[in-house]
Amino acid sequence: MTALESPTTDTPVVGKRTRFHRRPSPETASGLVSDLERQQPGVRYALRTVQGLVLVALIVSGAGPLLWLVKSSISSSADIVTRPMSLLPTDGFQFSNITEAWTRAQVGRYLLNTAVMAMGSLLVTLIVCLTTAYVLSALRPKWGPVLDGAIMITLFVPGVIALVPLYLTVVDMPILHTSLLGNYLAIWLPAGANAFIILVVKRFFDALPRELFEAARVDGAGSLQIFVSVVLPMSRPIIGVISLLSVIASWKDFLWPMLVLNPEQQPISVGLANVAKNSPINVQVASLLLAVLVPVFLFLIFQRHFLNAAGLAGGVKG
Amino acid sequence: MSSTNLDQAGAASTPAANPARTNSSPVTRSAGGPTSTGSSTPPSRSSAVRRWWARGGLSAVVLAVPAIVIFGYFSWGPIIRGVVMAWQRTKLDQPTTWVGWSNFSYVFTLPELPQAAINTVYFMGLALLIGFPVPLVLAVVISSLRTKRWLYNILSYLPVVLPPVVAILLWKVFYDPGSTGLFNTVLGWFGLGPFAWLNSPDLAMPSLVLESTWAAAGSTVIIYLAAMASVPKELYEAAELDGAGIWRKIWTVTLPQIRGIILIVLLLQIIGTAQVFAEPFLFTGGGPANRTITLLMLIYNYAFVYNDLGAASAISAMLAVALAIISGLYFLATRRWSR
Repeated sequence: MTALESPTTDTPVVGKRTRFHRRPSPETASGLVSDLERQQPGVRYALRTVQGLVLVALIVSGAGPLLWLVKSSISSSADIVTRPMSLLPTDGFQFSNITEAWTRAQVGRYLLNTAVMAMGSLLVTLIVCLTTAYVLSALRPKWGPVLDGAIMITLFVPGVIALVPLYLTVVDMPILHTSLLGNYLAIWLPAGANAFIILVVKRFFDALPRELFEAARVDGAGSLQIFVSVVLPMSRPIIGVISLLSVIASWKDFLWPMLVLNPEQQPISVGLANVAKNSPINVQVASLLLAVLVPVFLFLIFQRHFLNAAGLAGGVKG
Repeated sequence: MSSTNLDQAGAASTPAANPARTNSSPVTRSAGGPTSTGSSTPPSRSSAVRRWWARGGLSAVVLAVPAIVIFGYFSWGPIIRGVVMAWQRTKLDQPTTWVGWSNFSYVFTLPELPQAAINTVYFMGLALLIGFPVPLVLAVVISSLRTKRWLYNILSYLPVVLPPVVAILLWKVFYDPGSTGLFNTVLGWFGLGPFAWLNSPDLAMPSLVLESTWAAAGSTVIIYLAAMASVPKELYEAAELDGAGIWRKIWTVTLPQIRGIILIVLLLQIIGTAQVFAEPFLFTGGGPANRTITLLMLIYNYAFVYNDLGAASAISAMLAVALAIISGLYFLATRRWSR
């Protein structure tokens, strides 16, 4: 399908009209509906109706649950249970839910644990994925393809086959004969074995201008030195993407931490499952709100990176 | 498989980078290259060493150590061990012994296994039924937008960033079986319900599927949109010249052009839904009457509740083999369409 890459991206569109926008919008509609068709009233109204209906559906399904969460987190239990669809709390605002969730239900501590988990996992992921991608993409040793293949094949192995043996590995590390149970290393270290991120970083390194490496090598820099002083500074964008993916993954992680961490070390996902068992509904809902704040704000701030990474996932999988 | 822009960009940059490398650093290629025969230096040992050095030498080995250690311990090792363990008797407090096929024959006597397998297939089927068309329709509509696309993108991706546990616990509140539960209230406006949702043996699984589709659809939408953006405009223009309307262009241009991505996404969805765990675990615990227990829940129970790791590994191995067979058949069956 290389023919698709025809260099005709900037040719003016047929029937171009002057449009008064603040800035040229980067989002161009696909060619599905042509300008000519858009001028036909029937098409225009049908299109608007469909787009409007989809927007309403998306607002209800995408924003609705979050807005409900905000409202219910400051409602009384009776309000949540008996009047879930009222627009405002009828029993008055109950901000004590939030403080109770933070302290009594220990959501504050669970969030701190999650942050610890996320930071360590990110660090290990960065070390493993950046070095490996550098070796495979820039140094290209003879044995590179073997390593590359061995890593990429793990993308296609269903995770289920490794769950139990991974647990056994952590319980009794081969060769070292220590147990990582109840140790954050049990989360941090496996997080580094991420073939998808290696693939993404490799793509990024492949696109770096090779002359830079050569110039540094002519200047007498060794491979390690080039990695530290040339490649890492240029990798800031990809490090940002990895950080987002890694932090969100830690917020989502459930089964694995539940298996290997002690109760007081558990991250927010496992914590919430405990809160759901032991707390009244108003505290539960307030805890849920506290748990989504970080991921939702990260997404809203860095939405472009998230969406690019999601699209990238499709590109990689294709 | 057909591919998106990103694929092509990656593929294009690699070969382009190679010649630049050989030209600017004769050291790396001098032994095998045509220049070396001209200067009549035989491929000596020192040049081999220098070539090795220029390719990173020892530092390449050093830099690969983190990957080899981490993947060895936490990826390759467990995968191999997972296969081996299916033929072993493993308990946490006893030495491991080889037991041949007895794990498998034992597993087939488990009363929950057929139920779990049926439930898992049911979940996969329902998830395909709802989860396949919804993102495709959304992506087609969003791709027709000229403005405010960011708004549609954000709204459709928002559920994806929520931690699954939050989404599940939230939906559990929505699924309250009382007449004042959120969904029952809304349906009550139209004179429907109240439904028992998770407490109903028949509705429990569809309820799980509904939530997991809601949680996953956004990322599929974004993947489809990225693929649709790479469909060349000329194809649409040509179709229009031939008199095709919008509906026809969707069927004859958009969908055929992104079919490679669609097929891959479908396969990944099959593999993913076959391993569903959090939804049944948190929503229903496998109930009511085992109607939502899935294979992964069964594996979890045998491994971590009953401490029968051999049985758990045998189920895991069978599931993995089943998925491998499904993937293989899928590739064979779709090979004709995917290019």
